[in-house]
Amino acid sequence: MPKDGGIGSSPKRREDIRFLTGTGRYSDDINLHGQAYAHFVRSDVAHGRILSIGTEAAMAMPGVIRVFTARDFEGAGGIPCGWQITSRDGSVMQEPKHPILAEGKVRHVGDPIAVVVAETLAQARDAGEALEIEIEDLPAVIDMRSALAEDAPLVHEDLSSNLCYDWGFVEENREATDRAIREAAHVTTLELVNNRLVANPMEPRVAVGDYAAHSDESTLYTTSQNPHVIRLLMGAFVLNIPEHKLRVVAPDVGGGFGAKIFHYAEEAFCTFAAKALRRPVKWTSSRSEAFMSDAHGRDHVTRIELALDADNNFTALRTETLANMGAYLSTFAPSIPTWLHGTLMAGNYRTPLVYVNVKAVFTNTVPVDAYRGAGRPEATFQLERVIDKAARELGVDPIALRRQNFITEFPYQTPVAVQYDTGDYHATMDKLLEISDHAGFEDRAADSRARGKLRGFGISHYIEACGIAPSNLVGQLGARAGLYESATVRVNATGGLVVMTGSHSHGQGHETTFAQVISDMIGIDADMVEIVHGDTARTPMGMGTYGSRSIAVGGSAMVRAAEKVIAKAKKIAAHLMEAADSDIELADGRFTVAGTDKSVAWGDVTLAAYVPHNYPLEDIEPGLEETAFYDPANFTFPSGAYGCEVELDPDTGEVTVLGFTAADDFGNVINPMIVEGQVHGGLAQGIGQALMENCAYDENGQLISASYMDYAMPRAADLPMFRVDHSCVTPCTHNPLGVKGCGEAGAIGSPPALVNAVLDALHRGGHRVDHIDMPLTPARVWTAMQG
Amino acid sequence: MYDFDFIRPASVEDAVAALATDPEAIAFSGGQTLMPAMKQRLASPSAVVSLTGIAALKGLRDEGGRLWIGAATTHAQVAREAADSYPALASLAGRIGDPSVRARGTIGGSLANNDPSACYPAAVLGSGATVVTDRREIAADDFFEGMFTTALEEGEIVTAVIFPRPARARYEKFRQPASRFPLTAAFVAQFDDGVRVAITGASEGGVFRWTEAERALTGNFAPESLDDIAPPDAEGMISDLHGSGAYRAHLVKVMTRRAVANA
Repeated sequence: MPKDGGIGSSPKRREDIRFLTGTGRYSDDINLHGQAYAHFVRSDVAHGRILSIGTEAAMAMPGVIRVFTARDFEGAGGIPCGWQITSRDGSVMQEPKHPILAEGKVRHVGDPIAVVVAETLAQARDAGEALEIEIEDLPAVIDMRSALAEDAPLVHEDLSSNLCYDWGFVEENREATDRAIREAAHVTTLELVNNRLVANPMEPRVAVGDYAAHSDESTLYTTSQNPHVIRLLMGAFVLNIPEHKLRVVAPDVGGGFGAKIFHYAEEAFCTFAAKALRRPVKWTSSRSEAFMSDAHGRDHVTRIELALDADNNFTALRTETLANMGAYLSTFAPSIPTWLHGTLMAGNYRTPLVYVNVKAVFTNTVPVDAYRGAGRPEATFQLERVIDKAARELGVDPIALRRQNFITEFPYQTPVAVQYDTGDYHATMDKLLEISDHAGFEDRAADSRARGKLRGFGISHYIEACGIAPSNLVGQLGARAGLYESATVRVNATGGLVVMTGSHSHGQGHETTFAQVISDMIGIDADMVEIVHGDTARTPMGMGTYGSRSIAVGGSAMVRAAEKVIAKAKKIAAHLMEAADSDIELADGRFTVAGTDKSVAWGDVTLAAYVPHNYPLEDIEPGLEETAFYDPANFTFPSGAYGCEVELDPDTGEVTVLGFTAADDFGNVINPMIVEGQVHGGLAQGIGQALMENCAYDENGQLISASYMDYAMPRAADLPMFRVDHSCVTPCTHNPLGVKGCGEAGAIGSPPALVNAVLDALHRGGHRVDHIDMPLTPARVWTAMQG
Repeated sequence: MYDFDFIRPASVEDAVAALATDPEAIAFSGGQTLMPAMKQRLASPSAVVSLTGIAALKGLRDEGGRLWIGAATTHAQVAREAADSYPALASLAGRIGDPSVRARGTIGGSLANNDPSACYPAAVLGSGATVVTDRREIAADDFFEGMFTTALEEGEIVTAVIFPRPARARYEKFRQPASRFPLTAAFVAQFDDGVRVAITGASEGGVFRWTEAERALTGNFAPESLDDIAPPDAEGMISDLHGSGAYRAHLVKVMTRRAVANA
């Protein structure tokens, strides 16, 4: 049994009290003395040449302080990209400049052209309308295939084409994979689209820039998942501010889902303008702006081929993907369709040969980058869809086909670079079938049939690489940053302690879970532990939160720092009790000399550390504060089996999700309630992608799903009660907590399960439909049923 | 939002006068369409003349067997108070938007706006109701003139709607996945002298009567009566991100059948 409040128990989230009572402090709650307001004037065309920007009339409007255009940023750098991909021919990717404000051309609807800073937001908006901007329309490239055509208009005229890179992985496997596919007993081919999504966190982005003339220090308050990364990218590459003169604060953040990882122009603008104007400058995104300025997610077009031998063993897998980069390279964009996608193409299966080709394409659309799962949902979707299709073609049970090809021995070296440390895929599949009452499905299907409806069951089994990642590995893969994490554990004299973590919580509940871990390690109440994050002035250099890395990497750093604290505290305790260090044990907040009844309390030791009257000053320094940087030896590999049960109305094509079951192996779990909440959220987003969400452009590059009137977000009523389980545990072998991460799993495993379920329902109704591209809206399903 | 004057007259006469004196002024009755448009700076009236403070425009009452509803009556009030007198209408009102929309939006505002995907126009046309204005009475068949277009003259205010009460009626809607407005919805009402079928959400021309279905259902008010009728022509149906014209035409028949079955 887990200790009350310790690892494995489910205390309520301490942060929820402020979130639910309106006392959270979000970036938009920050209002500084003398603050001015920035309004971004954005392009309403997808592609065009800026002929002139007339600012005179706007400057004369009431309250206007200054109008900024690209000319004001001639000394500044572009927004940098944090990852470089090398193409098959050995050349590095084409990397266009991403200016803060459009230089010469606009390249997507929403591309910022000018900024008005005024005394009030209304004045800034009024003046924005008075700007005289003359743009010559250019033909836009929206569709990726057209963008790659010989005579396609160039998004960036200084590049040779709209191709960012042509990546092959593993290139040495290519010929053998081609041969295996030629010689296979059966090959299943599937072409599919992984639909473009808008992250839509509840809190839109905000940036507040401030400048202190007395210290020449700039401060940026921003809605970020990784304030240190923003400080490094913006300070070193864009604005040339040394890190010791730049503070980035990401206070309470209302959801990120990836879209708040990246460094955005608005952050650099507000920081720059605050110094230029000697006044704080604030920008708060409207929801409409968010649709056209937050990085989008997914948007892959893929052809996948799965080869099988006569006994239905997988022998080779080949995929070709076009990945939309949008108009500029966002911070991590190049890595998503490559290293976070290609390395997962083996899935849970013993496929000896895998070859992945990805062509990344520039188009006149909003930049595309990581969105919950980032690359891994795209890999899982195509793999779990093609396996279902193969099973149907071969007339075998899709579950049996998966089981037959499962990896069962660990560690397992995949043909796509990564090595899985642990897993038990049969266990999660067994658990799924049990808790989804798979055995009772046929009865339920008969009941649906009797009511004129079609019921279907679909399955997927995912793997993801989390806890990214070893710095030396990602460095070889093209990352321009390390991917360790940091923590400082500061113990106060009276025994309470503060953990300053480089991870960032924007809904994940770190303040609760991280405190649980410390509480367990020392044996004190979690209430004595404060978790601080999101401020470069308070926390050590950290890489932030994404890729389900917080507990696996950030938590591990905290454990390492706490271990150092405990080791030192034991020395102090040994001195106080006149015993040897090695005889000291710590349990339940007391240090005991092993085998005796001599003990001192945690608080006695912490007090001695800061009031060192009786203290081994010749051996150790006073104080009790330690920092650790943790760089993991490998990714972690959560996996799981997902089952979806749907009912389809053949009259309308409407799909109702009746049941969704998730059996995950997350390794050890710190707080089961929070893990379940993470899975619920991931499932909602995955079901949203599969069923409703679709970011759509017309052929001219107008965003036609630019508000909630046309972009369908899932609501509670669209979702069933989830059944989730995390009792299948194979602990991670290489981090101190044995944890794997759970943040993205739900969004990774659910889309293929849902699509498989709908196709199962259609086939049961006699509709021989091979595939429907997401989202499976009623109109798309009905259209597919018409043949 | 741009600056504007807010006028809240206490009588219809004052409202009409306010609208007459300022051609840039606009009538406002709940604002569930106008307010978002103003916030987006897509509408810039010089003045907003709010009708919801006029007591004479509010409430429901029986008028010689017909149901009189004041134009500034909210959807929520209709949902509550028409439950006995016209259950199909109450049911429709109770399914418009969400609770906050139903607490502010009004029947007169909905009709004057005549959004091609609004719910109320289907009930008014499907019931053969009468739209009463500050200066005349307009039959439903003459009121709706196409997408966002009505027979209302400049400055004319809807004051009430008078519904004849059918023997049976029902509104069935299929929601657009994002906005949850009707992608296609059907209002079916059976009167002593025949059946009326009004379709909203589907047509580029806005709400319309599906006369083939009316004829068939007048003969026999049963879902099977529609079996041999083709859906309306897909040509002229709205085709967008959420469904083709053919899909909407198909839904016209499905929703009509369901409305008949559930009436």
